[in-house]
Amino acid sequence: MIEVEGLTKRYGRHTVVDDVTFRCEPGTVTGFLGPNGAGKSTTMRMICGLTPPSAGRATVAGRPYRDLPNPGREIGVLLDASAQHVGRTGREVLAVAAQTMGVAPGRVPDTLGRVGLNPTAAGRRVRAYSLGMRQRLGLAYALLGDPRGLILDEPANGLDPEGIFWMRGLLRDFADRGGTVLLSSHLLREVEAVADRLVVIGGGRVVAQGDRDDLLSGAGTLVRARDPDALRAALGAAGLDATGGTDGGLLVAAPAGVVGQAAADAGVALTELRPAGSGGLEQIFLALTAGTSVQEAVR
Amino acid sequence: MTTAAPRSPAVATRPPAGVRRPSLLRLTAVESRKLVDTRAGFWLLLSIGLLAAALVAVMLIWAPAAERTLGNLFTATLLPVGVLLPVLGILSVTGEWSQRTALGTFALVPRRERVIGAKLLAVVLAALASVLVSLALAAGGAFVADATGTADVWRTEPALFWHAAVLQVAGVLMGAAFGLLLSHTPLAIVTYLVLPIVWSTLGATISALRGPAGWLDTALTMEPLYTAGVSGEQWARLGVSLLVWLVAPMAAGLLRTLRREVS
Repeated sequence: MIEVEGLTKRYGRHTVVDDVTFRCEPGTVTGFLGPNGAGKSTTMRMICGLTPPSAGRATVAGRPYRDLPNPGREIGVLLDASAQHVGRTGREVLAVAAQTMGVAPGRVPDTLGRVGLNPTAAGRRVRAYSLGMRQRLGLAYALLGDPRGLILDEPANGLDPEGIFWMRGLLRDFADRGGTVLLSSHLLREVEAVADRLVVIGGGRVVAQGDRDDLLSGAGTLVRARDPDALRAALGAAGLDATGGTDGGLLVAAPAGVVGQAAADAGVALTELRPAGSGGLEQIFLALTAGTSVQEAVR
Repeated sequence: MTTAAPRSPAVATRPPAGVRRPSLLRLTAVESRKLVDTRAGFWLLLSIGLLAAALVAVMLIWAPAAERTLGNLFTATLLPVGVLLPVLGILSVTGEWSQRTALGTFALVPRRERVIGAKLLAVVLAALASVLVSLALAAGGAFVADATGTADVWRTEPALFWHAAVLQVAGVLMGAAFGLLLSHTPLAIVTYLVLPIVWSTLGATISALRGPAGWLDTALTMEPLYTAGVSGEQWARLGVSLLVWLVAPMAAGLLRTLRREVS
């Protein structure tokens, strides 16, 4: 449904998106993960034909976005919830979109109800909307054309926990009925709960992608010892790379058996040895993207 | 609200709906709607109408009886309308950028030239409608003048009306062109209003510029359009000035808008 091949965006000498390749299949939710400034939004804008790429290509339903005759009926797009005219009512925003796409005006109240905006809220001007309400309106805008795919940039921003839970259910249901969802986030936890596939991006490059479960199980081994320095030395002697975990343990990119053997060979007593699980993915996420975050902060 | 919604059908098994692209007519209707569906747009249009009405009233009360003809009343409304219409043209374009609605608009219609074409058609229709409003208000005023004893109230030359249409359409398109080129509301409005004034001042004070100003200063070249008689040379001067102030910024603005990044 969505195919991205070698997408690259350069501004002068600065490369914001660097050779990004991935695809989103019908029936799946793809989580597009990365810290702020990693290039997620730029990639999404390039997919939607709003930013011209420096290299590479992207297609939606087999065609470049700009060649879609009526894109709103194929793919719903929410790139920025605050990009709405503050002087229009929520209902009018949708009515204008419905008229553009040739959607029956009767779908407007239905769609507003589906995202939880009641008639009172729909009659208010967007100026008076909270960020959460704007996200709901933006989601309604994306769903209005009854599309087969959704491209959503940080849709959970500004939603309360109940709203995030509701949105997960909506997206899961959309994908389970055969739809394709690409959603971005800078929070792993937010995406982990709903995505089947993950594409992790840092500094403009894809640093990891695959099935969520594979990424979770392939995250390595968490190991802990009473004497962390001895453990580190033992792992180093065995040629295993270890990174510090969030809670004092070490994360090793090797099966538990290999790690345990290395510790036993060096005579180091372990207090914990287990597959890293999602904590490991978080570690990967942090490690792979830490450098770029720092760059972002310095720039 | 309390009943559970029936489970929706599968998303992918449904054939791709609505593959037809929206027609230019549909897009023009959408852009016309967007001119009036915000408070700013609504009040701008309303104040254009109210100003025109006010000028007719002023003419009826204070102008010498002999001057209260349909033609004179009509001409009087053209100036205030002609000042505000370009602002409408500017806002129709720059509003997409200042309110960032371009993101949604161009996501629904990625062929940007179609959106811009629809916008231009919408503001041209608005300009033509304004001429009809001017005419209606002037006719209303003429009725009153006729009743209060002005002679020959209704005698006018039809050329006056289509010259007015050319005037207002050119004005609103110039505004849209400035909007496309600068895509920033205050900047476009100030530039649109100030540049001709600078030109006029320079043209009037520097003798070397007086000749070119007759061809390039739209304040001068558009003046004949307020009358029923426009000579061939006056049309030529108008054409040249519009080439510089309408066609050139429009072309550059169009290129810029088609190529620029939307974010």
